[in-house]
This record gives sequence, structure tokens and C-alpha cells, in this order.
Amino acid sequence: MPTPPAPVDLETRLGAILSDHAQLEGPLLPILHAVQAEWGYVPPEALPIIAEGLNISRAEVHGVVSFYHDFREEPAGRHMVKICRAEACQARGGHGVEAAAKARLGVDWHGTTADGGVTLEPVYCLGLCATGPAAMIDGRVVARVDEKRLETLLSEVGA
Amino acid sequence: MSKLKIYVPRDAAALAVDAEKVAEAVLAEAKIREIEVELIRNGSRGMLWLEPMVEVEKDGVRHAFGPVTPHDVEALFDTDWDDHTLALGPTEEIDWMKRQTRLTFARVGVIDPLSLDAYEAHGGLKGLRRALGMTGTEMIDEMKESGLRGRGGAGFPTGIKWDTVRLAPASQKYIVANADEGDSGTFADRMLMEGDPFSLIEGMAIAGICVGATKGYIYLRSEYPEAIHTMNEAIRIARARGVLGASVLGSGFTYDMEVRVGAGAYVCGEETSLLNSLEGKRGVVRAKPPLPAIEGFLGKPTVVNNIISLGTVPVIFEKGAAHYRDFGLGRSRGTIPIQIAGNVKFGGLFETAFGTSLGALVDEIGGGTATGRPVKAVQVGGPLGAYFPRSKFDTPFGYEEFDGQGGLIGHAGVVVFDDTADMLGMARFAMEFCAVESCGKCTPCRIGAVRGVETVDRIARGDASAIPLLTDLCDTMKDGSLCALGGFTPYPVMSALTHFPDDFHANAKEAAE
Ligand SMILES: Cc1cc2nc3c(=O)[nH]c(=O)nc-3n(C[C@H](O)[C@H](O)[C@H](O)COP(=O)(O)O)c2cc1C
Ligand code: SF4
Ligand code: FES
Ligand code: FES
Repeated sequence: MPTPPAPVDLETRLGAILSDHAQLEGPLLPILHAVQAEWGYVPPEALPIIAEGLNISRAEVHGVVSFYHDFREEPAGRHMVKICRAEACQARGGHGVEAAAKARLGVDWHGTTADGGVTLEPVYCLGLCATGPAAMIDGRVVARVDEKRLETLLSEVGA
Repeated sequence: MSKLKIYVPRDAAALAVDAEKVAEAVLAEAKIREIEVELIRNGSRGMLWLEPMVEVEKDGVRHAFGPVTPHDVEALFDTDWDDHTLALGPTEEIDWMKRQTRLTFARVGVIDPLSLDAYEAHGGLKGLRRALGMTGTEMIDEMKESGLRGRGGAGFPTGIKWDTVRLAPASQKYIVANADEGDSGTFADRMLMEGDPFSLIEGMAIAGICVGATKGYIYLRSEYPEAIHTMNEAIRIARARGVLGASVLGSGFTYDMEVRVGAGAYVCGEETSLLNSLEGKRGVVRAKPPLPAIEGFLGKPTVVNNIISLGTVPVIFEKGAAHYRDFGLGRSRGTIPIQIAGNVKFGGLFETAFGTSLGALVDEIGGGTATGRPVKAVQVGGPLGAYFPRSKFDTPFGYEEFDGQGGLIGHAGVVVFDDTADMLGMARFAMEFCAVESCGKCTPCRIGAVRGVETVDRIARGDASAIPLLTDLCDTMKDGSLCALGGFTPYPVMSALTHFPDDFHANAKEAAE
């Protein structure tokens, strides 16, 4: 699992991220996305710095981080596997893929494999509803995922 | 000899089934054969069961092949892209294409989405140029006359919404395009942004100039990485070419825009939750009034419209309001891009005038189920939409028509289920989804949905006395919720219970025996 960022790095990088977004109207979500792109999650140490930079309370920043499914408060595994749970994928056999992924990885939703390799998250629609079941692996979308294709995809990320 | 023009889509639905590898194989094979190829990465034509669908231009006519795997490419070249088992004939002659009326999606799948020249060659920017010669009131009249209603679900007349913003006095106004498209079974917004992004830019620019807004945002869900990329590129190109910026097409009007990425919350598709999110807050729903048209983004008058609503504006101005209005049925004017999804043989995007019956969409156009089993239920309008049984298949596609049958068209997603579907399970999922996605503001939604899951579980265990409890709970949610997430979750739940009672009583009977 990735180690938490060193305090100096965090302050320098975060300072740059904050100044990159200084001109935006409503900058908090873009900042949080940038933070997560940098460290893979939103480190708790980042909250007071973001709060100070935007002149809002730390609780407010935390409230926003915790509201959105995308923002993680802890590091994820090295690879992120998201499987669509929504209706159109269910209609095309999504349950089988969900079950196979959980069994293969030995985790439930939101879980990370013991070796820190893969985190499994549900997603509610990827807009691939005519060619489901659909999934997203490290930001790349895949469709027509049956259990065999899942097996290949998981092997590719070392699971 | 001129180059061989080959089209390989870059739409996410094609990329998700290895279109990138097909494109690489085409280039590699052409190189080996020393054939000069011009590879164009278009959007998708919308026949998603055929993706990756490759097109080759011959004597000015595009011929389709699909679904193509990288391994097929060599053989396709061997036959000179002619007599191959994957050959589908001229694209425009395919029955599925011929039956459509493509207005909003006229260019999608046809052009390279990032070629502004191709966009203009296919009618792009004509609407904006015409609008620039009109007054604000004339533009509003055009919109009202077109009959365009919001395609995000609520069906509110777009012209009236714009007029409210136009007449609101303010130093700053905004155009916000709602690209949160969270409904299962929908992908029209995604396909338009990936396949013809300039149409959205043009529609937003017309809206901005009409109401006096100089700034626009596209709130685009994070689940759509390809759309985010394509939109950002298109905005950059439009700015460089003077379509956006300090003087739109040299008119003196200022309008610019940017993409903002969502963060995985379904409720942020609700317009006031979206505005909070855009401001950097929790995506909690705001009470209305004030309407966003009066107090929207940062408290300023804001047009919030769906991608398809805004993407349809250019064709209305290009061809005239009457041309658009003359299609349709009753109070549902124009065309609607219907997304046929789920367990269906021919799934994809089918744009047609309002009025086609649900049965024709599912059985004729969709070709029935992919599994070949009988159709059991169809969910129309996303996770808050009702499940329709076959007995309601004569319902024509229209706002009032679906409302009259206890349903809604929503964003026009049609999700097909075969006879193996467990409708009690689908009712449970609807409640679970509401619980996961609730913004937390109202108790009937936040707590009610959790109770809903428990109640369905009791029914599943054979406790028939829980059925009236579920009905009561749905009534409470319907009456006591601020927005349609809590308020409409009863649609899928109650329609499943009403039309498929056997799925709810089976276990109860077993338990009694
Ligand atoms: C829970 C919920 C989710 C919604 N999701 C979307 C969405 O993803 N896209 C959308 O355009 N409208 C969505 N809406 C409707 C919007 O609130 C709003 O009516 C719409 O964006 C207005 O644009 P239109 O008039 O062009 O349809 C949603 C509404 C609710 C209650
Ligand atoms: S119904 Fe649910 S999602 Fe809508 S405002 Fe109330 S709590 Fe929020
Ligand atoms: S329902 Fe799975 S991609 Fe839309
Ligand atoms: S599946 Fe979740 S919305 Fe399409």
C-alpha cells in the first residue's frame, strides 16, 4: 500500500495545487480531484491546509470529502476495479460478474485484497448499458464483461 | 490513388470492446500491404451491438462492418473490405439507421468529433450565426415555438426557463450543462459529448448570448473519462478558433465555458444539488424556490439544462423551430434519442419522433431479448422509472402518455429484462440505490429507503404481512421527499409489486405451506 506522503512533499505539492486552482469559481472539487490524483486518496493532513487556503473550516472540507463516493479517506490498492451494479448491467448478467469478482479477489465491495493489489468498488452506471456488464479498471472502461473476460482483466492487474 | 478512408469509433462503448486495438490493427495491416489509409476516429453510429463497427468509404459511400475484432482485420483487407461475413452494406441503408430521424444526433458517428471543419461542413455553427442576427426575444420565441422540453427528465419547456433567466437582472449569469447522466440505461449525453462535442458548445453559446450569460460550465460525471477528454479538447479548439471567448465569432458577445468533473454522486444530477457541488459544497438538494433561474450558481441567475436539451438547440436554430416542432406527438414535440439497453438483441441509440410505442421499440427495433427468452419487464426512465409489463407495450413514447400509465420517460432510457428477472430483487435494488445515493436531507428518503430494503427482505423471507408496510412506506416517501430521488423511488418499487405480484408472493406461499 502507498505510504502516506512526507509532510514537506505534501505542503509543497498541495501549495502548488491550491495556487493552480486559485482563479476558479467553486474550486474545492477540482482541488480534491487533483489531490486524489496525486496521492490516490485525500490524506487527512491535507484538510487543514486546504481549509486555510480556501478560508473555510476544516469540518466543511471534511464534510465535502465524505459526501462524495469518489473521494477516499484512506489509500486504495494499487489497482482500482469498479464493477457496474446498475439495472441494465444486472439485466445482462451483472450479478454473476459481481459474485465472480468478489470470490476471485476474496473481498466484498469497498474491500482491498490482502496484498494491497486491488480495491473493488461498485459503480452505478458507466453509460455502457447496451453492452454490459460493464466495468472500469484503473480508469479504463471495459464492456461485455463475462466471467471469462473478468478473469483475464483481473490477471492483467496481477490479481 | 486517393487514400482509403477508414472509420474506427472512439466512443467509449467502442473503446470498451477493444476499438483501440482494431484501429492499431488497421494501421499495421495497411502498412504491411502498402495501402495508404486515412484513419478517422468518429463517434458511434449508435448500433452498439455492432461495436466496434468499422466503416470504409467506397466511391463516396460508407460501408459498415461489425462487430470487428483485431483478428478480423487481416481477412477484411484480404476481401478488399467487400464480401466478408461481417459486411453490413452501406451504413445509411441499414434498417436500424433508416428508421431514425436524426436531428440532435445528425453528426454523431458521421464526423471526426474534434474536427471543427467537419462540424461546419455538416451544418455546424449555422444555428449560432443565425442566432447572432436575432434579438433576445426573437431567440426566446424560436425556442418556445420549437416546443423543446427538458430532456433531463422533468420535461420543462426550455424557452420559458431561458426567458426567466434572461429577464432576471444581474451582473453575472451562468449556463450550466447537466452531464451527470446517472440513470441506468442512458448514454445519450455521453454519446453526444464524445461524438459531436461542438453541438453542445454551440447550444450553450446560443443560450449564453440569449440570456446574457458570459460563462458556462459542464458538470460532467467522473464515470465518463472519454467524454471529459473530448469535451476539454473541443473547448480548447473552439476557443482557439474564436467560437468561444471575448467575441464569439466576432460578434462582440462574450461567452466561454469549462468542464467540471463530478465525484460519483447520483443525486448531483438534481439541479440544485448539482449547483451546490459546483460551488464546492456537499451535494445536498436545495429547497425551491428560489429557482436556479433566479438564484442559481453562486446565487446568480442560471440556466440548468440537460446535454440533449442544449445539444438540440443548434438544429432548432439551423432548420427553424417549425421544422423541429412538426415532429412528435401531443405536447411532446420533436425527436427523442431513445437508449435501448439491458437484455436486448439490438441495443443502442435510436433517435426518432415522439410517438413510437414501447412495444415497437423493444420488440421490433430492439429485436427482443439478447438471451432469446421472453421479455418480462422494461424499466423506462432510469432507476426512478416504473417497470412496464408487456400489457402496457402499446404506450406511445411521450411525456404525458407515460405519465398516464404511472410511469415517466425520464432521460429516455429503456432497459429490457427477460423472464429470469426477479422483480422483488429489482424492487429491493431500487430501495438500496436510494439509500446509497440519498443526500440525507429528508427522513422519508434517508431512513425510508433503508427500511424499504429491510421490508423487501421480510417479504422475501415469506412474510406477506410486510407487503402493506411496503406500500405505506412508498406513500410516505412519495409525499415527504423534497426531490425525485426519494419521491420517485416508489415508482420502480410499486410497479414491480403491482405488475409482478407472483414474484412477491411466491415465498409467502411457500412459507405458509
Ligand atoms: C435525483 C435526480 C437526478 C437527476 N439527474 C439528472 C441528470 O443526471 N441529468 C439531467 O439532465 N437531469 C437530471 N435531473 C433533473 C434535473 O434536476 C433538472 O431537471 C434538469 O437538469 C433540467 O434540465 P432540462 O430542463 O434540460 O431537462 C435529476 C433529478 C433528480 C431529482
Ligand atoms: S428526497 Fe432524498 S435525495 Fe432528495 S432531497 Fe430528500 S433526502 Fe435528498
Ligand atoms: S447500467 Fe451498467 S453501464 Fe449502465
Ligand atoms: S447503470 Fe447506473 S446508471 Fe446506468
